[in-house]
Amino acid sequence: MAAKGKTVPLTGNYAIAEAMRQINPDVVAAYPITPQTSIVETFSKFANDGRVDTEIVRVESEHSAMSACVGASMAGARAMTATCSAGLALMYEIVGVASGLRCPIVMPVANRAISAPINIHCDHSDSMGARDLGWIQIYNETAQEAYENVFLALKLAEHPDIQLPVMVCEDGFITSHCVQNVRIYDDAVMKKFAGERKPIHSLLDLKEPISVGAIELQDYFFETKRQQQDAMEKVPKVYLEVAEELSKITGNKYGFFEEYKMKDAEAVIVTMSSAAGTTRAVVDKMRSEGKKVGLLKIRLFRPFPYEEVARALSKAKNVAVLDRSMSFGAHAPLYGEIRNALYEMEKKPGLQSYVFGLGGRDLLESHVRQAFNDMLTGKVSREKRYLGLREASE
Amino acid sequence: MNPKEIAERITKTPRFTSGHRMCGGCAAPIIVRTILAATEKPVVAANATGCLEVASTIYPFSSWDIPWIHSAFENAPATISGVIAAYEAAKKRGRIKEDVKFVAFGGDGSSYDIGIQSLSGALERGHDFVYVCYDNEGYMNTGGQRSGATPFGASTTTDPAGKVRKGKQENKKDLVRIAAAHNIPYAAKASVSNLPDLFMKAEKAFKVKGPAVLVVLSTCPTLWGTMPKDTITMAKRAVDSCAWPLYEIENGRCRITYKPSSKLPVAEFLRPQRRFRHVFMPGNEKELNEIQKRVDEGWEELLRICDGS
Repeated sequence: MAAKGKTVPLTGNYAIAEAMRQINPDVVAAYPITPQTSIVETFSKFANDGRVDTEIVRVESEHSAMSACVGASMAGARAMTATCSAGLALMYEIVGVASGLRCPIVMPVANRAISAPINIHCDHSDSMGARDLGWIQIYNETAQEAYENVFLALKLAEHPDIQLPVMVCEDGFITSHCVQNVRIYDDAVMKKFAGERKPIHSLLDLKEPISVGAIELQDYFFETKRQQQDAMEKVPKVYLEVAEELSKITGNKYGFFEEYKMKDAEAVIVTMSSAAGTTRAVVDKMRSEGKKVGLLKIRLFRPFPYEEVARALSKAKNVAVLDRSMSFGAHAPLYGEIRNALYEMEKKPGLQSYVFGLGGRDLLESHVRQAFNDMLTGKVSREKRYLGLREASE
Repeated sequence: MNPKEIAERITKTPRFTSGHRMCGGCAAPIIVRTILAATEKPVVAANATGCLEVASTIYPFSSWDIPWIHSAFENAPATISGVIAAYEAAKKRGRIKEDVKFVAFGGDGSSYDIGIQSLSGALERGHDFVYVCYDNEGYMNTGGQRSGATPFGASTTTDPAGKVRKGKQENKKDLVRIAAAHNIPYAAKASVSNLPDLFMKAEKAFKVKGPAVLVVLSTCPTLWGTMPKDTITMAKRAVDSCAWPLYEIENGRCRITYKPSSKLPVAEFLRPQRRFRHVFMPGNEKELNEIQKRVDEGWEELLRICDGS
């Protein structure tokens, strides 16, 4: 049932709002925060113009946004919100409640730096800070990807084997506010794909009253957490199943990651989100110069596809990992995962960490080229390197 | 409805059952059962983290025979907002037909302090639900700390009666009037010592369209340092001394629902309580007088507001 749809110039946020319009969720509870705001604004317009009949809860904070989503989700509703940065930080407590109670909430995140200093631009410190809270995380390079992955996230979250919440991340401003050509597929087809949520239990089942959110002490808590892990481990299989179904509509591929000119690549850059676009452009240029360079773009960050990533990197000589956030006093988040992935390989490629783009600083082609050149010339070390940073001595 | 009829109603539909692990003499279960009996419609409840939640749902047990959700300390009003939104959506989309009532329970810590934003937001948005604060005047799930509901002069673990500072030196917030300032249809103060009054207020709260707030005095033998058997007596003395006046604000009109025929000296309410022991020590007469003065002023102000309307 391939859907032709129509190509329209849209921002990432508008594209996400379009996905939400087609889904027409039961409940949306959200609060404005730059650069997420235009998602909830656009969706509110859809609602007030009668293009969706979603119940919107115009909450007084992100903490209440996630709280209302948890309440709605446990009452059987398909519930969505969107946020970033300080908003995600404020709702942090309930982000953990959402996964612990197994609420299949889908939440677009327009990645933005965490204060202080306050900064409204892109880096991944917000969602990376929440990476251990039990949510599935999908990172998107383009508005198109973000739009389509909202659907993938929805079906994945609600699958009976999963029942976990999903963050659909796009780069704040870079993707959220830049206008790109986006193919919006036919409403009827996407609505059919989205279907309806079929909750296993609901607070609105008046004949079978349930108690949600009981206290579990030393005797049960651990087993519940183990069940969360089991659900996470089932994600890759279900992810690929949903991806295949979505692929039939869009013709696009939705692997855990995208490999670009990786077959014979000696120098590889691993990165996520919009930086992959810049990297791909540099790969093309350097390939035309005869350099064997390639890109591995991670989409699924939680759960992390360790084995598959290790296989994909098995032929590379040197690998540069470009992180858009830091883990102070530890390896940068993506670099740390890649390092983990390579641990069991007999012949490991060289591995180098680069941090770039904090607080929205641009990643330039020259930065990517520099990282590739380092990898091609074997300049690999355990030092932390930064791209586009003024060091104190300069 | 008289106490016997209320008791019959509670027994007929035990929505909050025995077997929970609240302290002996805790007033909260009485309050919860009475309020849940005040409507015959199906009820879905949210509960803030607190004594009531912790002691009623120790997995795999639950005292709740109605759909019930707990999520966190400060978000019961936001949580029930989401449940109501889900209900409205389900109704609109033909998945549910029944008329369902919604209630959220929180202690004074979650209602007056950490969750007041969540409560304010839910009241402003106008969801059709009843918010119940069972007010024992301190953080009891953590063992007796000062809250915004702790009255002037009371000793708590984080503001104890010491040599230079004699317990809480600030007034209790007025949550009923804070709630009423949201222009909601109904807000009332009630006490576990007067169940017909509480029942009548709960019935009204469920009946009005929009948010309603009930703030109910909930004797806490553990914090107050009173005997479990004296729970009702203590709450009655609070009411009769006008330290805890019973009134309601219905569509902006204030009405005192019980006027003691003769006002009890506040010392009669305070003396049996460990948290006020220091005010009866020699040299602390000033403290006791100050409490009496503030209680009198509060009552006079209430009379002015209610009778003047």
